[in-house]
Amino acid sequence: MMEQTIQWKGPGLTRVPFAVYTDNQAAAQEQERIYRGETWNYLCLEADLPESGSFRTTFVGDTPVVVVKDDDGEIYAFENRCAHRGALIALEKSGKVDGFQCVYHAWSYNRQGDLTGVAFEAGVKGQGGMAKSFCKEDHGPRKLRVAVYCGLVFGSFSEDVPGIEDYLGPEICQRIERVLHKPVEVIGRFTQALPNNWKLYMENVKDSYHASLLHLFFTTFELNRLSQKGGLIVDESGGHHVSYSMTDPDAADESYKQQGIRSDDSKYRLKDPSVLAGFKEYDDGITLQILSVFPGFVLQQIQNCLAVRQVLPKGQERSELNWTYIGYTDDTPEQRKVRLKQQNLVGPAGFISMEDGAVGGFVQRGIAGAQGLEAIIEMGGDQAASSEGRATEASVRGFWKAYRHHMCA
Amino acid sequence: MIDLLALCAFNASYANAIDSEALEQWPAFFTEACTYRITNVENEKEGLPSGIVYADSRAMLEDRIAALREANIYERHRYRHLLGIPLVESARDDQAVARTPFLVARIMATGETMVFATGEYHDRFVMDGGKLLLAERVAVCDSTVTDTLMALPL
Ligand code: FES
Ligand SMILES: [Fe+2]
Repeated sequence: MMEQTIQWKGPGLTRVPFAVYTDNQAAAQEQERIYRGETWNYLCLEADLPESGSFRTTFVGDTPVVVVKDDDGEIYAFENRCAHRGALIALEKSGKVDGFQCVYHAWSYNRQGDLTGVAFEAGVKGQGGMAKSFCKEDHGPRKLRVAVYCGLVFGSFSEDVPGIEDYLGPEICQRIERVLHKPVEVIGRFTQALPNNWKLYMENVKDSYHASLLHLFFTTFELNRLSQKGGLIVDESGGHHVSYSMTDPDAADESYKQQGIRSDDSKYRLKDPSVLAGFKEYDDGITLQILSVFPGFVLQQIQNCLAVRQVLPKGQERSELNWTYIGYTDDTPEQRKVRLKQQNLVGPAGFISMEDGAVGGFVQRGIAGAQGLEAIIEMGGDQAASSEGRATEASVRGFWKAYRHHMCA
Repeated sequence: MIDLLALCAFNASYANAIDSEALEQWPAFFTEACTYRITNVENEKEGLPSGIVYADSRAMLEDRIAALREANIYERHRYRHLLGIPLVESARDDQAVARTPFLVARIMATGETMVFATGEYHDRFVMDGGKLLLAERVAVCDSTVTDTLMALPL
């Protein structure tokens, strides 16, 4: 096993060595201990695989993976790497197949990832061919364990990782369930290339401290609610979190009134506020819920804009953020329109999230030459616990708690 | 009839408004009720309706520019649009449908220039009070990947 190269000073969670975002050996260890370790990694939506034979290619960390539905209705996942010489087995992002055949030397695989055919296995005219002892069953791409939860397909390389519901814990399960309680369909996919380490994006997602400081859209356009109730959930492992808030109907009335008064002399207001006109979708009154699952999954409900995000490392200083916008299959045309309009809030051009694409890069560039120094993550104390207030970095500390658990174990 | 030259001239001044950072002029290229959307070839092929920008009124475009000026935070940069010749699908006195290829380079404050987006505008032009305007422009990007963020319109 590789030596731990990053020096964590002390057992606390409030200091993060900047080297974790730049060190190449740490990146290699993450692949082994986190992505191939005891974690569940988001692969795709069940809705992405509508029929038997439907497949999608994706990644677990930097490992290419194929996810495919077979005739038995089950979903299988295996490394997208030919058992022969290692070429990619599936080249397209998605499609429908009976089975797979590697283009290089035409070895073939079924939908469950078993090696089923070796071209010229018996040679040609008695010449060549594989050794008699070669047994196809012994060879094949490595298979992942697959778990489907509320329409989310997760995969794991670990035999020891607990079942998905135990991995997520009851609070996170309940919060996934409240959004994904009925069938969804994909309404758009976009990828953002981020100029920073994947961990900086995950920290940003968990950082409820920055939201009203960095994203000025709501305040500038006088759209923020005066008093919002909400809270922060950090699971036992630290790795998963939920940040949520709800519009208090009483406070909303007050803020609307105030807006009315100030609108005369306020220069900047939305000329077309329909971008924010939503509809009540959930009985609990929660209008915003950001949920993350360690290491790189995010489920988002921002008013009526629903999306899943997959964060993937692409080397130490680049990462990829895959957005999949969803709606429910039983949306009315009006509801669908609302979701489409509210997508202006998020994504690469989002009014309240375009900045998130940039700040990670600001950190990545800022920490050049800061190998011996550390970040301070002390807002709201030193614990990684749930709370009612959101002026805290508790869930960011939770991320490091989980990270260190996997990396140092 | 709306002719090719009129469409070329329209596109030239559209690109100039964005590239010369006269962003406040940009919404005026559209009709009051309009569609402006930025998407990519994969979503188009699958018929997925989302956009990373999705507007159905000129007022929404004005709001976007106001937000860029007043609220959003991003590093200073500008674009250079290179627009191809519109492929006119239909043209009448009061309406035209065309596709125009674009290449947009992004010039960062650091001085670095990179190809930021290529694709095709899918347009519906109308004559509105004697003026040529866009009733619909869907910018279909060839790449599914956006580098860092997209602040300025395409
Ligand atoms: S590498 Fe796939 S068949 Fe040879
Ligand atoms: Fe943010």
